Amino acid sequence: MKGLKVADYPLAETRPDQIRGTRGMALNDITLDAVMAGAVTMEDLQITPGALRDQAEVALDAGRPTLGLNFQRAAELVAVPQEVIMATYELLRPGRAKTRQELLDRADVLRFEYNAPMIADFILEAAQVYEKRGVFTYRF
Amino acid sequence: MTETSRPNRWQRFAEWDARPLRLDKFAKEDPANGFSAFRSPNDPKPGVAVMAGRIAAMDGVLAHDFDMIDAFIAAHHLNPMVVDEAMAIPSEALARMLVDMNVPRAELVRLAHGLTPAKLADVVSRLNALEIAFAYSKMRARKTPGNQAHVTNAKDDPLQLAADAAVAVAYGFDEVETTMRVARNAWSNAVACAVGAAVGRWGVLFQCSSEEAEELRIGMAGFTSYAETVSVYGTEKSFTDGDDTPWSKGFLAAAYASRGIKMRCTSGAGSELLMGFHQSQTLLYLEARCLCLQRGMGVQGTQNGGIDGAPLTATVPGGVRELMAENLIAVWLDLECASGNDARSSESEIRVGAKILPYLIAGSDLICSGFGSVLAYDNSFNPSLFNAEEMEDYLVLQRDFEADGGLTPLAEHRALDLRVRAVEAISAVLEELELGRPTQDMKNSVVMASGSADTRSYSPGEVAPISAAIQDREITVIDVIKALARRGFAPEAQNLLNVVKLRVSGDYLQTSAMVRDGRVLSAINDPNDYQGPGSGYRMSETRRQEINDIRDILDQDVVLRAEAEHKGAEALRIAYPVTGPAQQGGAADEVVIGISPAFGLNLFQTTAGHKLSQVLRVMVQGIESRGLRARVVRFRHTADTSFLGLSAARLSGSGIGIGIQAKGTAVIHSASRLPHNNLELFSNAPITGLEHYAGFGRNAAAYALGEAPEPVVVPTRGEAMGSRYHARVALIYAIETGLTQEGAVPQEIRLKFLEGRQ
Repeated sequence: MKGLKVADYPLAETRPDQIRGTRGMALNDITLDAVMAGAVTMEDLQITPGALRDQAEVALDAGRPTLGLNFQRAAELVAVPQEVIMATYELLRPGRAKTRQELLDRADVLRFEYNAPMIADFILEAAQVYEKRGVFTYRF
Repeated sequence: MTETSRPNRWQRFAEWDARPLRLDKFAKEDPANGFSAFRSPNDPKPGVAVMAGRIAAMDGVLAHDFDMIDAFIAAHHLNPMVVDEAMAIPSEALARMLVDMNVPRAELVRLAHGLTPAKLADVVSRLNALEIAFAYSKMRARKTPGNQAHVTNAKDDPLQLAADAAVAVAYGFDEVETTMRVARNAWSNAVACAVGAAVGRWGVLFQCSSEEAEELRIGMAGFTSYAETVSVYGTEKSFTDGDDTPWSKGFLAAAYASRGIKMRCTSGAGSELLMGFHQSQTLLYLEARCLCLQRGMGVQGTQNGGIDGAPLTATVPGGVRELMAENLIAVWLDLECASGNDARSSESEIRVGAKILPYLIAGSDLICSGFGSVLAYDNSFNPSLFNAEEMEDYLVLQRDFEADGGLTPLAEHRALDLRVRAVEAISAVLEELELGRPTQDMKNSVVMASGSADTRSYSPGEVAPISAAIQDREITVIDVIKALARRGFAPEAQNLLNVVKLRVSGDYLQTSAMVRDGRVLSAINDPNDYQGPGSGYRMSETRRQEINDIRDILDQDVVLRAEAEHKGAEALRIAYPVTGPAQQGGAADEVVIGISPAFGLNLFQTTAGHKLSQVLRVMVQGIESRGLRARVVRFRHTADTSFLGLSAARLSGSGIGIGIQAKGTAVIHSASRLPHNNLELFSNAPITGLEHYAGFGRNAAAYALGEAPEPVVVPTRGEAMGSRYHARVALIYAIETGLTQEGAVPQEIRLKFLEGRQ
């Protein structure tokens, strides 16, 4: 926790030196010249977990706790590969998981392999409700 | 058979049948079948029970019986610490707080964290349409209003997409949304719009509406910056029928944020009705559930207000008020609101104009969540409430109400320059990346064309391989930026880079974020602070002038310049030599024609476009046809028709005079009558023809002869009062009155028609 407040926003203006992409390149170093020199990759244009947690603090200070929680969940997903994200999304859709266990397993993967405890809890909560509401049924 | 047949129909109804309104169909209020905006016996009574810090019951349902939507709302939206306090406030009192400028927005937002869907619906349903609009204006999250455009075309033509995106950006849209006619063209459309949106200025956020996984991939390649296709529904069956659950969508919300992409959900009245699972509940209650769900998911905003269900919602009584009411719940829940006004909800232009007005005046984060910046037939989302055809109507509405609808008039030459630049830019990208080689003819046709029907450019089938190549070769926004810069489009390359850089800090992920003048502006650093007159959003004088600067504005110089073009030609036809002060006439066989101060000197044609030389000629001929003489006098003490006529009559030996202004308004007067009690009047100058002026001359002579002629009637269906005339007429009249002088002596004119020079 950095104790970021509404007054610190926009972070790109108040602390440009601290805003960095995944490889550590500072925002101000991402210039057209750097792009042309081949020094910038898509990784440098990605948000980091740190930036998302910073934005979560700002959202919380602005009285938006649910938005802040979503940013925190998002922070956990930054490092999760695209195919795992899409497979997890698919599994959460109705009827894709046939049993509660499939979701519990997926939650474990995210919790232990990707260090994503909030996402794992979110999936567990889904599993509980899906079972009660009969979502684990076969869908054509 | 002495009876005549009874008329079978009043013809008025047949005329009404022919109006566009009658193409709209209207549905009977029927709560059991889901056709009710605000009232249904199946809507639950608001209520909540908290036990041990958890929601034990909500809106009449025990936790054990919660469906997925209830369960999600109870777990993620409702704050048990606020619930008791908020739910204890009577709905009537909350409704009054919403329209009370002394109750701060922040306080109402805090209370909303403890309000259930049924309670929210109950409160806003107590407000009338005006109160909803006012409350919306007070409660929307960001202070400065914005707008969103659709940029699509029927061919998925990348050249046209780029040109149209550049134009949309220039009109001031804050977001541009595209989609495709052919699904596999998504990548090409995204690149074309991204390049077009980088022409002119930077900061327009851009999305490509496509299949969920693909949309996310396109975003990760850097071609888009926001998404709004994540739909939610108000009943469990609709949700699962839509192949999702609150948790699958909630997961997607986190996934988008993890990629630095701004996202809002979509929901709107009527979707459950369209999908067949409405539970006999009202449109508003189901929508309140959707919105609580969205706040619970932690999305920053919503595309809300009927959306694809808006046309259906508009068929039920109060449907349009309901659309406003659900938008109010969205902003009360502190969500960014892209407030619908997209799918065209009526074939009546009056209903369309009425629909937009409250939003235009109240302002909204994005007034339209898809203003069709392209022609209706090119809009691949289906025609919007407003399309390119009505762009200028919208611009004028802004000017009329001095309301900032987010758009700025665009000069014709500027639009053309931007189209050329955008088409060249996307062509350069296609060539550099070996995706295509547009010919000059293709490019020219796109620059000129209003819509894809008039282009000779790419067809959907020709776009497909381009799109596939972008995807297969894993081309990213960095490749496009490099291509632009290499080919001399450095400003566009920089603009595109700036947009992609937004995602590194994530500032634009906060509620209601947009980019203005290179800065992220959101509900955090531009919060709506409305607390009554003088507070909240007010246009600066600079902004006001921008909005006012529409095309073809008249002023006195414009009118005089236009008139001066006729001066030379009229001088060849007629001369107005002054012989001295006008004399009192003695002969009973004369009719005096009194002309106005600027007549033939500064002004040369009537508002109907008749040359003043011809008007005078036929009038004189009319008088002479009855064996009388015409004498012309110029008055300079007045420009008023009645007094021109009366003064002429008083100078006339017969006691009958004609007064005529340069714009063509004319009167026959008698010296014995009161000023405004004339004999005949042509007040409808724009439709008054030469034959009428000839008849005026004959009738004036007839009055002088003591006859009672049939007055000359100019047939009118109200055309002359059309607003096309008013500004010009007032400016012309001001030119006349500007020449008047108190006590100026009337001048005797020896009128000379210059024969053979007609």
